[in-house]
Formats: sequence, C-alpha cells, structure tokens
Amino acid sequence: MLNIQDLHAGVDNKEILKGLNLEIKPGEMHAVMGRNGSGKSTLSNVITGREGFHISKGNIEYKGQSIIEWSPEKRALAGLFMSFQYPVVMPGVNNTYFLKAALNAKLKHHGKQELDAAGFLKLIKEKLTEVDMDTSYLQRAVNEGFSGGEKKRNEILQMLTLEPELAILDETDSGLDIDALKIIADGVNRYRNKERSFLVITHYQRLLKYIEPDIVHVLIDGKFVKSGGKELAIELEEKGYSWLES
Amino acid sequence: MSNEQQIIDSNLNKEYEYGFVTDIESETIPPGLNEDVIRIISQKKDEPQWLLEWRLKAFRRWTKMKDPDWAKVKYPDIDYQSISYYSAPKKKELSSLDEVDPQLLETYNKLGIPLEEQKMLSGVAVDAVFDSVSIATTFKDELKKAGVIFCSFSEAVKDYPELVQKYLGTVVPYTDNYFATLNSAVFTDGSFVYIPKGVRCPMELSTYFRINEANTGQFERTLIIADEGSHVSYLEGCTAPMRDENQLHAAVVELVAHKDSTIKYSTVQNWYPGHPETGAGGIYNFVTKRGTCLEENSRISWTQVETGSAVTWKYPSCILKGNNSVGEFYSVAVTNNHQQADTGTKMIHLGKNTKSTIISKGISAGKGQQTYRGEVKIMKGAEQARNFSQCDSILIGSDCGAHTFPYIDVRNPTAQMEHEATTSNIGEDQLFYCNQRGISSEDAVSMIVNGFCKEVFKELPMEFAVEATKLMEVTLEGSVG
Repeated sequence: MLNIQDLHAGVDNKEILKGLNLEIKPGEMHAVMGRNGSGKSTLSNVITGREGFHISKGNIEYKGQSIIEWSPEKRALAGLFMSFQYPVVMPGVNNTYFLKAALNAKLKHHGKQELDAAGFLKLIKEKLTEVDMDTSYLQRAVNEGFSGGEKKRNEILQMLTLEPELAILDETDSGLDIDALKIIADGVNRYRNKERSFLVITHYQRLLKYIEPDIVHVLIDGKFVKSGGKELAIELEEKGYSWLES
Repeated sequence: MSNEQQIIDSNLNKEYEYGFVTDIESETIPPGLNEDVIRIISQKKDEPQWLLEWRLKAFRRWTKMKDPDWAKVKYPDIDYQSISYYSAPKKKELSSLDEVDPQLLETYNKLGIPLEEQKMLSGVAVDAVFDSVSIATTFKDELKKAGVIFCSFSEAVKDYPELVQKYLGTVVPYTDNYFATLNSAVFTDGSFVYIPKGVRCPMELSTYFRINEANTGQFERTLIIADEGSHVSYLEGCTAPMRDENQLHAAVVELVAHKDSTIKYSTVQNWYPGHPETGAGGIYNFVTKRGTCLEENSRISWTQVETGSAVTWKYPSCILKGNNSVGEFYSVAVTNNHQQADTGTKMIHLGKNTKSTIISKGISAGKGQQTYRGEVKIMKGAEQARNFSQCDSILIGSDCGAHTFPYIDVRNPTAQMEHEATTSNIGEDQLFYCNQRGISSEDAVSMIVNGFCKEVFKELPMEFAVEATKLMEVTLEGSVG
C-alpha cells in the first residue's frame, strides 16, 4: 500500500526526516510514536504532499507508484486521507456542501455517478450516527464553533464518507476526553478491513489501547529507531523515550 | 512560486464571457456636449419645458464643477466632448415581445436572460433597457391591475408628468455631485416605479441594462416611489459587450419611501472589467444611488454584488428622516486583475429610533484594489439611533489591496454604534485542507469566497442569488479559482 524508502525531507532547507523507511501492507495498522519535534507531523505532511515540505532524497510509493510529484488533491483522489491534528475552520462553508463536493470529486475521478443532494443526505445521515453526531451538523459551517472533540469526530466522519484506502490519523487523540476517544476508536475499528491501511501518528499510547496497531515504530530525530508489536507502545508508556535515545 | 500564485497566474487570462457586440442600426447623435445637445435630447424625447430647463440648469452647474478626486481610484481624464449623448436602436415603440428585433432577443439569450422564458417561468416583469431607450416592457397589464406603475423614464415623463415632477431630484438634487449633475443634464432613459398606497407589488421588478453602442455614454435615471404601506423589490442587473475604448456610465437612482413602506433594491453588476492584463477598455461605473425614508416606519434596503467594471465609484445611501425608519446596505464587491473599486454607503440618521445595518464584503484578487468608504452620521435630533457596521475583506494573492475608511459622525449622545472589520487571506491551510479532501484549489477558493459572502447573498432574491454565486465563480475563476 505505502512504501517509503530512505526518505530525507524537511522545511526551509532544514532536514527533519533523515532516512526513514516504512512499508505498510493492505489491511495493516501502523503506529508512529515520538516526542514533539521528532518529525511526526513532517512525515504526515510529506506523505499528503503539503506545500513547503521538500524531499531531498528517497521515495514514497503508494500502490506501487511514486507519488512525490503528485499534487495533494491527486493523492487524495487516489485514496489517501489524513485526519488533521488541527482541523481547519472554513467560515460560512456548509459541512454538507463541503463534504458532498469532496465525495463527488472522488466519485467523478473514478468515473462513478455523482450523488445528488437527496442521495448524499441519506448517506451522510447514516454516517453521522456512526460518530454519534446529530443532524444539526448539516447546517453548520465546517469546523466553525466546533469543540475539540467535534472537530476530531468530523475528521472521522469525513473519512467514513470518503472511504480512503490509506488513512493517516495525525494526533487524532489529542485534546479528546475518554468518551470522544472511544467514539472515534469505534469508528476507526469498524472501518478496518483487509484492504484498508492506517498510519496512526501519536504522542501517547492512550489511543492505541482502543485502536490496536499491528506494528509500532518509534521515531526519534527523523528516523525509526525501533519497531515492534503493540507491546512496544506499552513499554514506551512505562519507560518513556530516553532509553532509545543514543 | 507558491501553488496559489501559480493558480492565480494561470487563470488570469479568463475571457469576459459576455464580450460580444450586437449589430443593430442605431440612431446616434454626433459626439459632443453643449446646450444644443441637451435641447436635442429633450426634443427627441418630446419632453415638457420644465424638464428641459431642469436639464439646462444642471448642465450650467456641471460646467463649473470638477471631477471628484478623493476616491482611491485612478483613471485617465475623460474627454466628455468625445462622447455621444444619445443613441437609440431605430426600431422602437413595440407593443409586444414579438416585435422586438430578433437579434436583440438573441443578445439577451446569450446573457442567459431570455425575456420569453422569464415571462413564462419566473414571473418577473422585465423592463429591458438597450442602450438608452426601453425596448420591451412585460407584465405591464398585470402590474396595472395592482395599480403599480413600472415603465421607462421617458414614458413616465409623458404619462405621469406630475409624479415625475414631484419627485425628480428630491433625493439626488441636480447639484449633488459631478456625475449626478452630468446625468441630470443628459440622462436619456431609465426606469420609473410607483407603488400606490397599501399595495404589495405582486412580483419582483427587474431591469437589465446593457451598454451596446460604441463610444456612447450611458446615463440612466431611475426613480422609485413607494407610497404609504407599500412594498416593492427591484432587481437591476447589467452586462456589457467588449470594447477597446473606455465607456462611461454615470447613473442616478432615487428611492422615496413613504410611511410604513419598504423598498428593496438589489443589483448584480457584471460590466466589462477591462483587459485582464492591461485593464484597457473596461467600464467606468460612477453611480449615485440614494434613498430617503421620508416618513416613519419606512425601510430601504440596498443589496449589491459588484463584480464588473474597470473603475467603480458607488455609494448607495439612505437618508433616515422618518422616525423608526430602517436603512440597510449589503454589499459584495470583487476586484480582480486591474479592477479598482471605491464603494460603500452613507447612512444619515435624522429621525428618532432610526436604525441602520451595513454589511460589506470585499474580495480582492490579481492586482485589484478595493476601498470600502462608509459614513454613518447621527444628527442631533436622532434620539436612540443605532448602527451596526461590519466590513470584511479577503485577499487572494499578494498583488492586491483592500482599504477601509469608515467615517462616523455622532451628534447625539444616545446613539449606539457598533463597528467590526476584518481582513484576511485565503489561508494556505484552508486550501490544503480542501486539497487533501480531493477538492481542487479553484473549487476551494470559490467555496471559501461564497462562504465569505453568504450573509449578503442570502439578502438577494432567489433568481439573483443563483446568478451571483455563478458570477463569483466566473469572476474569480479568472484569478484564483
């Protein structure tokens, strides 16, 4: 699904990722853990193609194709999704309108029939119950006046609606209370299947109690210093990161 | 170069959709302006003596006046002697749409406003002004039943001279300002509306203006009177064909609202903005629009969507004379490429408990320069007057500008004033968020801008709201997407 080889990348001539390798197979849930400044957000931004991040060496392949020259929307249309750490407010832009535009862009890209207003409404109402949100959402502007928990649930709602094959969850647990965390974890777990892959980026192992990763990677200073099973997350929680630092 | 900048650059060349010229034989008098020209205009229109004298007074006044230079716009000096002040399609005095020149109807079709279709489907009466003379007025009979007068200004002068004489120049006097005074001297046609006591106008009244004759100044004059307890919604929309030389448009609109009446005046303006790269050939839109809430509980509401013209100079205003009267101004203005706009409103509070609301949304892209200029004046007798003003600007790209000049003059201590203003860029984070969801930057910008303008668009009548949204897309496709 995703294959990252010897990735060197950064911002403003500053190298942040220093030779990172990662292979995610279909159906796998990978977690990347690391402290602030270790390069976690650079990794998600580079994979999704955000402007301002430069790749100096290495490659990113998605479903066998190098995507490093692709625009962010081309990557998105190909099935790559990111749940934002800080979801963006779009004043006056209605949620329904936004999400319908996104979904129809994707359907159109794949040569499928676009949904009309009625068809979309039916779909979105089903998805809303999955993240425990009510229909008042449909009248509100994108993330405007949303609480931290609502913003993150909105990200997951968008994921469930757009049905990506690879979803990056960037610090999705930050700022969430336990109930919201469970709702989000339930949504993600239901969405998991043999074809869909995840990259969960997190500071703490809290989220990983509810979303069990297949493989955990520890990111320190732009490189994976250790990879292992889910027990590695627990070990990190107990010991911290310092024992892995050289 | 940033992604956003690339999109701006790659799209700056979007052609003006409505750039075509209709080939119809016109009767045009030679360029030039003097008292004889004014006499010819008046004579061609078979006007009464008082109106000719009014025109001449205005002309004499105008010769002593100077162009206003306080607006933040730049344009070359206009040679008023090179303009022809009268132009009319030769065929006229048509009693039905069937008699309208098919080529002209085709022009309207290109603009997406087929009269026939509007007649049948939308229930909108259309007083179509082509250059300076009205061609066709629909729904007249139905309006007549309600007692509503909706006709061209020339017809009103002939058929309702007492009404015209009573109200003409009472809101915008012929001495008012350079362009209004010029208009008073040379106006050729426009629209006239009178809503009698207690009548709710059964349909939206709509006029489409179109400048067609090369080198012809366009001087429209509109007068709308809402008598006691009446209600009217008036729509004005404009597009112009492409021209190399600049075209001057100096219109005057006067609104008079009597006791308990409401006038809602909506404009969607989409005149040729000039060549995308040089700015050459665009329309100069120097308009004076003003309404008086003459008596108590009256209400005047201006809604404008300004997307066209090379230079816009326009301040639809309200004089709140009657107690408890209400003035509103909702505006979206877009400047792209080389467009310049200096626009805003004036709210003059004279009566007690008068209330005004100003919502202004400015969008600048390309090399566009935009100024909001507003004045709120609370006069001594205006006890408990209230004003709320909100002026927001959005910038797209780094070569454009937005400027805000709110003037507030309060002479009564009981006044309540609120003013909010914001200026923002379309954020890289917003664009990336949309891109990451598979939405192109062009669609994202259109979405963000429409969200930004929502408060104003919702004030537009349905037909216009759709057109306005589409216009924004067309206008900004040019610049950002």
